[in-house]
Amino acid sequence: MSSEFQPKIIGIVCNWCCYAGADLCGVSRFQYPPYIRLMRVMCSGRVDLLHILRAFSDGHDGMFIGGCHLGDCHYVSSGNFNAYGLFHVARKILDYIGLNPKRLRLEWVSAGEGIEFSKFMNEFGREIEETGPLGKTEGLDDDTLRFRLTAVKSIAPYVKLVLTHRLNTLERTEKAYYEFFDSDEFERFFQDSIAVKIVMSQIMLLLKNVRLSQKEISEKLGISPSSVAKYMNDSSRLGLVRYDQELGNYALA
Amino acid sequence: MMGDKSNFGDVLVVGAGISGIQAALDLANSGYKVYLVEKSPTVGGHMAQLDKTFPTNDCSMCIESPKFIECDRHPNIEILTYTEVESVEGQKGDFEITLIKKPRYIKEELCTGCTTCTEYCPVQVPDPFNQKLSSNKAIHIYFSQAVPLVPYIDDNCLFIKDKKCSICASVCPNNAVDLNQKPEKVVIKVGAIVMSPGYGAFDPGPRGDYGYGAYENVVTSLDFERLLCSTGPHEGEILRPSDKRHPHKIAWIHCVGSRQVLAGGNNFCSAVCCSYIQKQVILAKDHDPDAEAFIFHNDIRSYGKDFERFYKRAADLPGVHFIRSYVSVGVEDPDTKNVTIRYATDNEGVKEEEFDLVVLGVGLAPPNKAGDLANRFGIELNAHGFCKTNPQNPMETTRPGIFVSGAFQGPMDIPESVVSASGTNAQIGALLKNRRGKLSKERIYPPERDASGEEAKVGVFVCHCGANIGRIVNVPSVVDYAKSLPNVVHAEEGLFICSTDAAQEIANTIRDKGLNRVVVAACTPRTHEPLFRDTLREGGINQYFYDMANIREHCSWVHSKQKEEATNKAKDLVRMSVARARLLEPLEEFDLTVNKKTLVIGGGIAGMVAALSLADQGYEVHLVEKNPELGGMARRIKTTLEGMDVQEYLDELIDKVYRHPLVQVSHGAIIRDATGFVGNFVTTVESEGRTKTIHHGAVIIATGAEEYKPVEYLYGQDSRVLTQLEVEERIEREDDELLGSRAVVMIQCVGSRQEDRNYCSRVCCSQAIKNALDLKKKRPEMDVYILFRDMRTYGFKEDYYRKASEQGVRFVRFEPSGKPEVEPAEDEEGKPVLRVTVPDPILGQRLALDADHVILSTGVVPTADTLKISRQFKLTLNPDGFFQEAHVKLRPVDFAAEGIFLCGTAHYPKHISEAISQAYGAAGRAVTLLSHDTVTATGAVCDVNEDACVSCGACISVCAYGAISFHETESGRKATVNSILCKGCGVCNSVCPTSAISLKHYTDEEIFAQIDAASEERGAHE
Repeated sequence: MSSEFQPKIIGIVCNWCCYAGADLCGVSRFQYPPYIRLMRVMCSGRVDLLHILRAFSDGHDGMFIGGCHLGDCHYVSSGNFNAYGLFHVARKILDYIGLNPKRLRLEWVSAGEGIEFSKFMNEFGREIEETGPLGKTEGLDDDTLRFRLTAVKSIAPYVKLVLTHRLNTLERTEKAYYEFFDSDEFERFFQDSIAVKIVMSQIMLLLKNVRLSQKEISEKLGISPSSVAKYMNDSSRLGLVRYDQELGNYALA
Repeated sequence: MMGDKSNFGDVLVVGAGISGIQAALDLANSGYKVYLVEKSPTVGGHMAQLDKTFPTNDCSMCIESPKFIECDRHPNIEILTYTEVESVEGQKGDFEITLIKKPRYIKEELCTGCTTCTEYCPVQVPDPFNQKLSSNKAIHIYFSQAVPLVPYIDDNCLFIKDKKCSICASVCPNNAVDLNQKPEKVVIKVGAIVMSPGYGAFDPGPRGDYGYGAYENVVTSLDFERLLCSTGPHEGEILRPSDKRHPHKIAWIHCVGSRQVLAGGNNFCSAVCCSYIQKQVILAKDHDPDAEAFIFHNDIRSYGKDFERFYKRAADLPGVHFIRSYVSVGVEDPDTKNVTIRYATDNEGVKEEEFDLVVLGVGLAPPNKAGDLANRFGIELNAHGFCKTNPQNPMETTRPGIFVSGAFQGPMDIPESVVSASGTNAQIGALLKNRRGKLSKERIYPPERDASGEEAKVGVFVCHCGANIGRIVNVPSVVDYAKSLPNVVHAEEGLFICSTDAAQEIANTIRDKGLNRVVVAACTPRTHEPLFRDTLREGGINQYFYDMANIREHCSWVHSKQKEEATNKAKDLVRMSVARARLLEPLEEFDLTVNKKTLVIGGGIAGMVAALSLADQGYEVHLVEKNPELGGMARRIKTTLEGMDVQEYLDELIDKVYRHPLVQVSHGAIIRDATGFVGNFVTTVESEGRTKTIHHGAVIIATGAEEYKPVEYLYGQDSRVLTQLEVEERIEREDDELLGSRAVVMIQCVGSRQEDRNYCSRVCCSQAIKNALDLKKKRPEMDVYILFRDMRTYGFKEDYYRKASEQGVRFVRFEPSGKPEVEPAEDEEGKPVLRVTVPDPILGQRLALDADHVILSTGVVPTADTLKISRQFKLTLNPDGFFQEAHVKLRPVDFAAEGIFLCGTAHYPKHISEAISQAYGAAGRAVTLLSHDTVTATGAVCDVNEDACVSCGACISVCAYGAISFHETESGRKATVNSILCKGCGVCNSVCPTSAISLKHYTDEEIFAQIDAASEERGAHE
């Protein structure tokens, strides 16, 4: 990657730990790349899937989320567990729509960990420099990238609901969370409930203005015609799309 | 700080460590005017020097420094640093105190803390804050979070020594240096005094303990704290003194200067070292996972809440070796400067081992020149040189009107220092009841202009922060850039925008230019946002119309070699702030009325003391007790280890409770329902057949604990097996059967320190010693054995452990893997006995002891109704089932839920004096609420757009504060937020599928605007 590339990185960090850690990093004069810009929320649990999608839609090459260590959240609600769950799901989503998931990073930084903060910033900066500009590196043109992010955005309400529902069944301990997000169960959860919706959402988005055949959809989304057939069947059953026998293509219902 | 120069106040607090700070804040928040006097150049005390705090490993400075600022900004606290008390005349209610302000050679009112002087000063001196492990300049700010943020000049200054240099005076941009300053005498008048001078760390220098002073790589534990700390001598790298290399093999030696009857040592236990050493081990392993740690210890005294787990955590780390042995330090290798230690092992005899670094676990000693201090204040010291206190009221000194808090009472950790500080507020609240609110003041602000309908008019103020920002970031170009941004109608720069006059200037500009949004680009909002919000109020606009761009900590300081990039980033940060500021909405902080009555749950010692303290301060109390009579667990305790007659004390206490006109008692009470919130609780209590609805503003939880009922060691099967409480009752009634015993064996840790109850019950070791001494007193010929794991007679209780040893009580240690066994047997004469066998780790064989009675030191367990009460009041329990305080270190008697406080054994097992102390602490904290007619709640809380709400309940499921509930509307069930319970974390926002719930001040629109602005190209507006 050319050394000219100056990434754009946005960080959303919690007030009580990570922001304070970034402050201590400053007080201690630990250096990190200047293209990282931070903004503050009260709790990392405030970070929303929509914020992540917005950052990448705006063309940020990387996004950082910083919170208190698990178990140390300033709030009784322990929002950092939610941040942890969202982070994993969002990474999966990025991967699924063809973006390098490493563009999203989450770290726990306590108010006393100035040096760790600078370490994470340097690592992350280097990683994004090496990864390269958003979309282009992944071979996605601007329109495709926007299209995919928009498709995800429209299912954000659904993602939030299923994720919250799933997290509510987990014990709020570091162990339980680490284990779950490291497990095949999480993989299945993602594939079964979110991945499917992303494809459906993309199909709906494609059909918004034009009628398309199964083959055309398959080409546009880069998935096999047989998969498309299955999605279309499901969508028809749900009354979302309609197949026109004469024209041999699909339209929104 | 106070503006006026009147010398009349309510309370003098002497010593501004964490205890003094807490005392000052609680008193000032309860309507008293406080002078906070500190002899060093800044507030903070020892806690500021610590890297982390056990058992949570919270960053010490991070949790303490916000309190510095709180003190600094408090209208009722006047801080006098570098000041000592010369004399104390008068009596309680009317003291006249002479203070000496030492010359710091700086005019505090002119200094902006820019540190230009430090930069130019030519003299290097050892830095006292870093334990002299690194150097600083002769003129320097004590540490970067110091309050006041003003330098002082060390005695090594060339001008002070021989009037040679005055560079600092000539480079100071504000002419704040005054090298001719002289000591200044100040006389103040107050009604009461709190002494919180802290402790003096034991100095191994004079005796040269373990080669300290002679060998470079032998350091004290306080030195090691600084080595660990990122603001320490090597920026958080642990480097040993001799060659600045990373030590890989480190030894810690326990009890240095403590538990010694030797000359130059202290014979008490310092109470904190075991845990702080474990903390240092954990942190050292964090820094270097391959490091090897050897901890040479005597008894491990992990007697506090969560300490036992912390001990296990340290001990279970790889490469960590806890070795129970006395040690001697041999030689220092002349080449490597490594240090050799000799120690004894169980099976390999005496061993020698070489270490890269040796850390001495130095104990706590009385404060420096405590005798002199005591003379000046006219108080007495105890035999150990600490403050003499009253066991029935540990905050009382021997001179009425003078109270003591913190480690001057005796060795203690941070939470206990904080508790006793809050306790002094309760004491003084009773003494100066009629003076409350007379001298204290509230700040008065001009009326607020309604700017909600106006178009955004943003003012941007960019700070140079002396050279801190200005040297790296091109401030004028940032100002120019800011002017090009939409809605910005004014932008200017300032040298120090936080200085009092610059802040006033902003307030004027807001009015003159009609600004309705303000962005300050300077340092961190975490310290300065309150100041600037205040400035907006001074300027007559809503304080939430403010945003801060952090171009110091997050820019100039971290990109100090990239001036151009840093300047560009500063512009980006300003653009982001402006984008956000344009959307900010005015928020209402609302006042809730405070019901002045308190509900105290639990009529044991803690509950009664708390109730009486509140009543003595003039507040009504409703005390509910589940049993038919008051007294709680203390009914079964005859004396304390120190000899206090508990029953006599209890009778007096109960009498006072019944006589006090402001205390109402309900017996046999069951709490049926609890609702409400801070200032406005409603609790339904059923008592003696009647149901009462009590309206109250605060709650004190003092529900106590219970004795563990053993199932082990034949208890309940053989009548010769008793618990310590049962023994105490039998000694009291001179039970011949017990007192006729030829031998008794006591077994410690029954039901404690094991898998299912992984905590130390704290009181049982002292209880065993007490009963052993009583038995020995009654029957000196009786053989008394105590089988123990670690004798945890911490603090001054060590005296009694030693006394028991001297009186022939025999102590036999056992390992958890080789617990004692008890079986009925016959002795040589054929008499029935209980035979106790235990593997003796020292002798390596099984020891058999014949006893007429076996006495079990049973643990303390939470009461059965703890869980129910925790649910009713929405409180958290810790893993052991005791109530969980808001913050183990700094909010030890508060709950996270406001208006609810905690004391006594409901918090954790503790001794009577400690429970009394905590009860006063809880009362002191409660008064900071009750002394106000209203309580202010933040405006940055959540709100629901009912049109968008789909009543899925996701928000309700994640809100642990219980702030969100459903209510019925015309369009169906919708979520609604109780603004008083909402703490503003915003987790509900991120789970809401339709973004119907929105956290004010951090709305999606505001966050999106900031993200969008971050991605914009600079120049888009140019």
